[in-house]
Amino acid sequence: MNTFTLGLVVVIYLLVIAYLGYRGYSQTKSAKDYLLAGRDIHPFVMAMSYGATFISTSAIIGFGGIAGVYGMGLIWLTALNIIVGVFIAFIFFGRVTRKMGHNLDAHTFPEFLGNRFQSKKIQIISGAVIFVSMPLYAAVVLIGGARFIESIFEIDFSLALTFFSIIIAAYVIAGGLKGVMYTDALQGSIMFLSLFFLLIVTYQKLGGVSGAHQALTNMVDLVPENLKSAGHEGWTVFPKMNSAWWWALTTNIILGVGVGVLAQPQLIVRFMTVKSNRELNRAVLIGGIFIFVATGFIFTVGALTNVYFHNESGQLAIQFAKGNVDLIIPEYINSAMPEWFVYLFMLALLSAGMSTLSSQFHAMGTSLGRDFIENVFPKKKFNSMMLSKISIIVAIIISIIIGYKLPGSIIARGTAIFFGICAASFLPVYFAALYWKRVTKTAAIWSIITGLLASAFALAFMHAKESEPLGICQALFGKPTLATEFPWMIIDPMVIAMPVSIVVLIAVSLFTQKTSDEHLATCYHGIK
Amino acid sequence: MLGINDPGIILGYLLSVVGLIACVVYGALNWNKGMETSTDEIQRDLDWEEKDEHLKEEI
Repeated sequence: MNTFTLGLVVVIYLLVIAYLGYRGYSQTKSAKDYLLAGRDIHPFVMAMSYGATFISTSAIIGFGGIAGVYGMGLIWLTALNIIVGVFIAFIFFGRVTRKMGHNLDAHTFPEFLGNRFQSKKIQIISGAVIFVSMPLYAAVVLIGGARFIESIFEIDFSLALTFFSIIIAAYVIAGGLKGVMYTDALQGSIMFLSLFFLLIVTYQKLGGVSGAHQALTNMVDLVPENLKSAGHEGWTVFPKMNSAWWWALTTNIILGVGVGVLAQPQLIVRFMTVKSNRELNRAVLIGGIFIFVATGFIFTVGALTNVYFHNESGQLAIQFAKGNVDLIIPEYINSAMPEWFVYLFMLALLSAGMSTLSSQFHAMGTSLGRDFIENVFPKKKFNSMMLSKISIIVAIIISIIIGYKLPGSIIARGTAIFFGICAASFLPVYFAALYWKRVTKTAAIWSIITGLLASAFALAFMHAKESEPLGICQALFGKPTLATEFPWMIIDPMVIAMPVSIVVLIAVSLFTQKTSDEHLATCYHGIK
Repeated sequence: MLGINDPGIILGYLLSVVGLIACVVYGALNWNKGMETSTDEIQRDLDWEEKDEHLKEEI
């Protein structure tokens, strides 16, 4: 790869990003513009922004690599991403969220919950949960992006990290959510085109759709022994029921990520950026196609890399990548794709990281500024836009410090930790806020707190993948996890914590004071 | 089916395609539906802006 050409391509790309960031900046005059993109975002921009925020570099490289090791079982995640993450999210959650958010004058997700339950406490707690847990998730993407820049440009890691952070910070701080969503739309389009091309060329190289799949099916005898014992029965076969990989795939990936998406604050806020349900209806079509290509295509290619590497070198993908799952997709791109595509794919990976990070920075900043500080000091008058800008800077600095200071083993679990906490703390309350009029303010507070505590407990003491690197369980009880019986140490924390949060929500609601009919009428005004 | 024999994987692909078709059909059928027509929504927008302006002046 020619560094000069790559540098030129990246400079052009950054100039376009700068222009889009400037457009966001020039159109941002009020808190509504800064926090909700003026509530008049085009459905294409909304759908692409939702998709690009959801799909980070680690979803492409990490999950693509996992498909290279374990095979096509990950396609179930695509099915859930489309059915739950787009269809159900937009139609059943998005439409009501948009209207109710408008009825309640909500600019952020915590403010939505706070106003729905007439509780500043809920807004403060939700803002704090997001601000405290999201930097770990942001650090994952930030460090991943900086490592990527470090390797392709062969520059120092600190320089890469500084450069990457400053560029994203510039357009997020200046352009607010408009700047974030305009750039997301471009970045999502680059991701879409590259992944679309990647699958087409892969099938062409490997003898067509049936030919490629059949070749992969025929490799069943080559599955290494250690993977066989984990439940691997071939790259075109779903893992063996009740095996370690079966539990990890069904609970951690399919449920944890597939359902967890519904409770992501940075995605939920996008429902409130459009002015009517017509835009959401259109976004369903665009978002469905985007997610199908962005996830389904990379998972399929990931599995098929085994056929390519076996044909070319007699090795499996993971062997060719010297045991590093994250290198399977980059190695495949470098070996199998034309040179011009390598540049495009580099941009796609950069885009995937930037689009996720920009939304994370924006969500963390607004959680700290709008939701936490403004409500903790209610007597002071704040300029929401200025406060959010300062808070975004604080959020970025914290993410960088976390990325530098925390051990890599904890950082690597950042996404799972954030998804787990959000799902257990917010999903039951969020769903009830939209569809269950009997839910009460007290129940909502207790549900968020118990969801948070239960997921923190499951993460620190049960789920071995997090409890081991966190080391709290080891320090207190002298063992890495309290879960001694299979499969409890593998089951996703969400599976344990969310039912607790749901039970508390229902039980406390039945014994506490109902929300007034007058307030419910305001919430549900215009919602059929 | 297309070189894949395991029903678990075939079902995963089928569900993905069904989900995709559902999104496309829903989006196409409702492409022009759901436009906000109520005047109070527009009024609420104006109120938001007024509140923003007022706050700015106060600050």
